[in-house]
Order: sequence, then structure tokens, then C-alpha cells
Amino acid sequence: MATAALFERRGFMSRPSATTGWWSWVTTVDHKKIGILYGFTAFIFFLIGGIEALAIRAQLAGPDGTILDADTYNQLFTMHGITMIFLVVMPMGVGLMNYFIPLMIGARDVAFPRLNAFSYWVFALGGLFLYSSFVLGGAPSGGWFGYAPLNRELPNYGMTFYSLGLQMLGVASLAGAVNFIITILNMRAPGMTLMRMPVFIWMSLVTSFLLLFAMPIIAVALFQLMFDRAYGANFFNPAEGGDPILWQHLFWLFGHPEVYIMILPAMGIVSEVLPTFARKPIFGYAAIVFAGIAIGFMGWGVWAHHMFTTGLGPVANAAFALSTMFIAVPTGIKIFNWIGTLWGGSIEFKPPLMFSLGFVSMFIIGGLSGVTHSIVPHDAQQQDTYYIVAHFHYVLFGGAIFGLFSGIYYWWPKIFGRYLSNGLGHLHFWLMLIGFNLTFGPFHILGLQGMPRRISVYPDEMGWNFWNLISTIGSGVIAASVLVFILNAVRTRTKGEEAGADPWDGRTLEWSVPSPPPAYNFAEEPVVRHRDDFWHTKYIEVPEKSPRRVLAGGANGHDEHSEHGHIHLPSPSYFPAMAATGLPVMGYGVIYNDTGASWPLIVSGILIIMLSLFGWVLEPSVHEE
Amino acid sequence: MRLLQAPKRRAGVGALALLLTLLLSACAENAPQDVLDPAGPVAREADQLWDITFGIAVVVFVLVEAALVFTVLKFRRRPGREAAQFHGNTRVEVLLTVIPALILAGIAVPTVSSIFSLAAEPPGALQVKLIGHRFWWEYQYTGAGVVTANELHIPTGRPVYINLEGALTDRVTGEAAVNHSYWIPRLAGTQDIIPGRNTYMTIEADEPGTYLGQCKEFCGLGHAYMRQRVIAHRPAEFETWLQDQGEAPPAPTGLAAEGEQLFTSGQFPGGPACVSCHAAESTELTAPNTGPNLTHFAGRQTFAAGVFENNEENLSAWLADPAAVKPGATMPDLGLTQEQIDALIAYLETRE
Repeated sequence: MATAALFERRGFMSRPSATTGWWSWVTTVDHKKIGILYGFTAFIFFLIGGIEALAIRAQLAGPDGTILDADTYNQLFTMHGITMIFLVVMPMGVGLMNYFIPLMIGARDVAFPRLNAFSYWVFALGGLFLYSSFVLGGAPSGGWFGYAPLNRELPNYGMTFYSLGLQMLGVASLAGAVNFIITILNMRAPGMTLMRMPVFIWMSLVTSFLLLFAMPIIAVALFQLMFDRAYGANFFNPAEGGDPILWQHLFWLFGHPEVYIMILPAMGIVSEVLPTFARKPIFGYAAIVFAGIAIGFMGWGVWAHHMFTTGLGPVANAAFALSTMFIAVPTGIKIFNWIGTLWGGSIEFKPPLMFSLGFVSMFIIGGLSGVTHSIVPHDAQQQDTYYIVAHFHYVLFGGAIFGLFSGIYYWWPKIFGRYLSNGLGHLHFWLMLIGFNLTFGPFHILGLQGMPRRISVYPDEMGWNFWNLISTIGSGVIAASVLVFILNAVRTRTKGEEAGADPWDGRTLEWSVPSPPPAYNFAEEPVVRHRDDFWHTKYIEVPEKSPRRVLAGGANGHDEHSEHGHIHLPSPSYFPAMAATGLPVMGYGVIYNDTGASWPLIVSGILIIMLSLFGWVLEPSVHEE
Repeated sequence: MRLLQAPKRRAGVGALALLLTLLLSACAENAPQDVLDPAGPVAREADQLWDITFGIAVVVFVLVEAALVFTVLKFRRRPGREAAQFHGNTRVEVLLTVIPALILAGIAVPTVSSIFSLAAEPPGALQVKLIGHRFWWEYQYTGAGVVTANELHIPTGRPVYINLEGALTDRVTGEAAVNHSYWIPRLAGTQDIIPGRNTYMTIEADEPGTYLGQCKEFCGLGHAYMRQRVIAHRPAEFETWLQDQGEAPPAPTGLAAEGEQLFTSGQFPGGPACVSCHAAESTELTAPNTGPNLTHFAGRQTFAAGVFENNEENLSAWLADPAAVKPGATMPDLGLTQEQIDALIAYLETRE
């Protein structure tokens, strides 16, 4: 047809066609490859953030530490926080969401494959941009929370890198959130109603909505900071009528939902893993889903509990104390329903389950210490001490990181077609659980003994020596556990036992396709009749009796399909990665705003983005064969 | 098997006992900023809320973790056992939603009442104004018209109502000031100091003694070196102390007089005379207070915001290069000779 021929000639480059080799990774728009890229990049940053943490613990192992000077220490704890939050926990969750949302809802890709690639490249380049600050005069040193007015007063480019780098990561998150929301709402397989969606999909949806609304708030604060630092604005300068408290409101109105952005995907993973390894449906599906949604809503009403000591007054403090207490109710529902899921099950102790149990047991501690923050008069004691550091590590490491490792062990056979070693997995789990508690358990005691956060040294006579030493030893155990994981991952490439399509007797659609899944995911669009639809193709559920296996199971039949040559898949593209390079170029232009290179860099960045977007819009819809 | 198990169990009990001993010994250790060891009514009110909430949290923790461990062990996979296929239990779910909500409501009542009672200005309080600098503390006894630095003296048994003034600019650098916070754990919880705002807090000590604290709100390079020290006296002794503060110290003689000469009119390679930032003859609120007021310096236990014990050796190192011994210190390295340092120390030792 004439129009088709016209379409094929559009654009100034033909589409790339490589499906293997490193070039295929740069141009890929396949959600599975992008998911792997996210996971791998986030893991590299996990190692970097972990090394920063080890340096911090080495400095604090004893009183009057001399390993790091105050400035280096401030840079390291700032970058440790930024790295673990924005470059590890969030993208690791996004990586798993990327890989498994389409597979779990029966779709062939996400709604906007090229936007998906753009998200990844902006994230990866944003992370590199932030880290380039270390060699360009010093990293950000005002804390991940970057309180005003210190954030505008600190010398060097550090906090300017902070304002621009986080802005880029925000762009990546926003693009990803839009993509996931539309994918989940529009691209579910026939029959997959909202209340048949796996809990992981629900939690991904809630997380994406939180990102959609939270990121613009921090974007505003970061732009204001950028103008304050680079162009002499006074948004946060009290001497010129600016308001330091404004930063805190904007930051925490983003920052508290951010906590749920980090924890909800892990909760979704746990809600998939527990039923699979207990061989039971999830207990109280509707309650778990609505508790997740309730957390998503209530998460917007608790931000000022980070600000109880700023002098908001008793009325505001009382209101936020109440909202903080009652957000514990939906969280409690989830905990009880997970225990209910295990109750009456036939529990198999595989590494994914161990990490999920680690999540639940550690999250209970983090949740309860969270409730103790809501008693405002005592929160004024806990505020900015190691007690708080203990709390959020129990939530974000004991919670999110354990949940993510559970997901990694659970889905590894699907992604790579091979199991991670069971024995090394258990070793990894126990080392990490013990190391984690040795490191962060003592923080509760240190905080209550009056040790503040963010201090590079402490004197000898404060009574903090013993537990700091224990904590530093614990951090070494965590490091060892991560080495075990790396060994496991490397070993599995050659020695890993091959996993079939359905290694865990799974319940959801991703287990119905081969491992690793073909590029097109599903040879035939699945039709969904039940929640846990794939399980129902294998078993019949007889009330009050044990489940029975169906003779004609539909488990592993799809991979020999011959028609996949006709399945339309989005072609790879150069332009998402190319467009993403424009942002750091503009960023450096702002950083060096006092030099002649500033405007050339900013204009080049804009041109790169605009030309890439033209190419993006005009490129042929498929590669020429 | 049974024989083999017994020593194992005994080892477990031993390990537990060892752990408990360690825990207890750590608690018994001298921790001068111990939050759980309140020494006045304000800190005690917060501590009582903690006791209630922590007790409940421990009970919930034990019950829920025990339920989890019990479930996992009881329902581990065994040959021949199939998992029960139920989807939920509405009665249990409602019960387990309502119970936590009721417990939280129970915690909420004393919390809210305590939030309001602690926010009110107590009657008959001593009024003190506090200004946080990079990186030291200035105290103004507004009633007596006396200014001092870094060590706050208070009477016992009387509330002290502190106005934390958020200065707009740093007096030394002229740059915008930054956040700090004031926190004496055994006397009261934290209050932030925010540029451009006034905030308030109450502290009170039952018994005479020295109470330590430190800045908790990250304020940059010197954050770890911004400590606080409250010295509580019996009311009569406090009044005497306050009166002494208002009086000028005796005139120096000998080496100290040389030191005074340097202090008031010396010109150094790294900057002007000390008096351009520090007052050492007057504690009036109008005295030049760009840096800490040194009029009664010799009476202080420590200097540089509680970081160094007040002795000759420490002073000598400090005067030689302040930022080398305290990161972020804004006092310049004046390029003093050892003779000048000795004379200045002799002078400072007369400032009682």
C-alpha cells in the first residue's frame, strides 16, 4: 500500500536491527532486556553504595576515628543515602517491574517501549552524572535530605550536582511511572480484571501513581535549589525573605511517599513468593490490595512527622502524630495476611522464601519502631539519632532489600533459565540476616544512648564504643553475604541447574512461558479466567479438600510455536539513549555556569534532545528487512 | 541423640545469658547522653510515653514474631501433607484490624495531651535566649542582661524557657546562617534552630550536675564538633554565678598584661586583634559578640563548643591553628608565635 511505503521511507536513519552484542543492549526497547539493564546497573550501584557504607563504618568503629576527614565523611554519607535510595532500591524495583509487569498481565511489552528505554538511559546517565562530582571538585555533602539553607551555602559544585542529578533521576522515574500505569490499565490480557491481577502488579500500580504525584514536588524544590545555587535566586535564603522550612515541606511531601515507593514493590514480591512456596492462595487478597492502596493514600498525610522538632506547633504535631500512628493499621493488615498465607500451608524453604520471611520478620521491627516515632515528645529525643537510622534500615534494608533479593532468587530462573544455587542462597540469606542485625540492631541502643546521626567522630567517654564496634563487624558480615551472592550469580552461568518454564510450581502467568521467555513473551495471547490463572490450569480447587492435579495441564506447551515470526514487536531504536545523553550535557552547562562553556553546553544538550525527539517521532515503525 | 542435644541446648542458654549480660553491661555503662535516663520533668514526661509505647511494642513484637516462627515451623513441607486451600477469614481479618487500631488509639490519648502540655510556656521560668553559630553557642540571660557562650548554667528545680533565635546571617562569615538544633537528652528532647524563625523549648534539671548534649541538625563541616553542656546549680549558687558573670574580671598583670595588649591591639599575619571578634571585659548584651564572649572564660570547663577540655595544652593547639583541631572552625589561623600564644593563654586564665 502507498501509505505503508511512505511510512517506511520516513526518518533520517533506518532502525537498528541487532538482537545480540552490546549494540543490541544500547538500542533495545524490549522490556526484558531493559529490566536486566536496570537490575545490573542498580546492582553495580549497590556495590558502590555498600563500599561507601563500609568506609563510614570503618570510620565509626572506634572513638575519634581518623580514617576519613569531616568533609569526606559528609560526602560519603550523603552519597550512600542518595545511591541506596535513588540508584539501588528504586531502580532494582523498577527493573523487576519492567521485566514482569508485561509477563504477569499477559502482554507482549509495555505500552511505550521506547519511552521505557529512555527511562533507563536517563537513570543510568543521571547516576553517572552524580558520581562524576567526585572527580569534579567533590560530591554532594549536605545529606540526601539536603536541608536548606545549608544546601545553598555549601561550597564547590556538590549540591548543584545534587539538584541536577536528582532532577534527572526524577525524569526517569516519571517516564517509567506513566509507562507502567498505562501498561497495567490498558494492556492486561482478556479476562484479567483488576481484582484478578497479581498483588505485585497492584503494588506496582500504586507505586507508579505515588511516583507520578511525588516526583513533581521534589522537581519544584530541586529547580528552586538549582536557581539558588547557580543563578543567585533566594528561594531558601532567609536573609532575603526565602524560607528554609519550605524546603523541608516540599522535600518530605515527596520524601515520605518515597518511602512507600521503595517498600511497596518489595511487599508485592513477598505477596507472590509466600503463596508459591506455601502452595496456598494469598490470605485476604482484597484486604492486602486495599491495604496497599490505603498506604498509598495515607502516605501523603504523614510528611510532617519528619519535622516534629521544627516548631510547627502542637496542633500540627498532634495531627501528624495521629496520621503516623494510623498508617500502621494497613501495614499491620499486610503482616497478618502474610502470616495467614503461611498458615495451613506446605512451606518449602527455598532461598526466595527465606528472603521473604526475612522481610516479614525484619519489617515487623521497623514497623514497631516507626510507631514509637509517633509519640511526639519522645520523638524529639529520637530525632536525628541512630535510633532513626536503625528504624529506616530495618524498613529499607530489612524490608526493601530483603524483598528485592527474594524477587531476584524467585525470578532468576525465569530471567536466565537457570537456578541460583540453593545452598549458596541459604548461606547468603543467613549471613545477610545475621550481618544485618549485627549492624543495625545496635543502632537502636546507640540512638537511645544519645548518639546523633551524621557525626564524623565521637569522643571516647560517651559509652558508644562497644556497639559501634559490633556494628562495624556486622557490616563486614553483610559484605561477605553480598560476595556469596556474586559468587552464586557467576557460578550459575556455567554450573546452574537448568530450570524449566515453571520451576517453583508457580501461580501467575510468567511461569506459563519458557525460561528465558522469547522476545514476544506469549505466542498466543492468554485468556484469564481466575486470579492465579496459571495455577488453575494445573489444579482444581475443591473446597475443604486438597487440590488435585488436572490431567491435561496447560503448563509448558507454548514454546514450540511456529508462528512467532508474524508477531509484531517494536523494533530497536537509537533515539531513546541518544535523547538521554542531552540531559547530562545540559547539566554540566548549569554546573559550569560561571565559565564560557556554560551556554554552549546547555544549547548542545537541548539540540541533542530535540534532534533525538525528531528522529524518535520520524523513524520508520519497523526495521527494514 | 538426646545426649547430644543436651549440651547444645546448654550452649544456647549460655550464649543467651552472655548476650543479656553484654546488653545489661552496655546499658550500665556511663552514657552521659542517655535518653532513657531523664533528670528533669520535661525529659521524664517524654520518657513515660516511651515506657508505655515501648512496652506495648515489645509485647506486639514477641507475639507477632512468635506467630510467624510457629507458623513457619508447624507448616513446613512434609511428605504427604497438602496445603489447605482457603482464601481468607473475614472474622480474623476484621479482628486483626480492629485490635491494632484500638492499641494505637490508646497510645494516641496520652501523646496528644503531652504534646499540648509541653508546648506551653511554664510559669515562673528563667528566660534564656540561645543563638546557634557555626559552630558554637551563644546564651543571653535576657533578665540579667548577661551574655555567655557554650556552657549554659541553670538553676535546679526551675524550668528554663529557651528562645532559640534563628539568626539570619553568620556573624563571622557574613553568609546565610544554617540550621542547628539544641538537645540535652537527660533534660529535654530536641528543638531545631531555623534561620529567620524563633522557636522555643523548656528544660529543667532536678539535681545539680553537668548535662551533655550536642547539635543534631546537620550543619556542615563542624557538625560533630558542636557539643552542648548544661551546668545545673542549686538556686542560691546559680544566683551567685549569674551575679559574678555581670562583673568584670580583675585586671591582668605580668605576662597576662602582655596577653591583654595582644588581645586588644595586636596585629597578626592572619588577622586583626582578638577583640575585633571577642569581648573579654564585659558580658553586656551589646559587647562585640562575633565570636564567643570570653569575659569569664577561665571559669569554663571546656571551649570551642564543648570539644576541648579547658587547659593550656589544648588552648595552645587551638590558638596555633583552630581549623586544624576543629573542622569548620571559622576562627582564622592568626599566625601567632609560641610567645604570643603563651601570653594570650596567661591573659585568658585571668578571665574568671
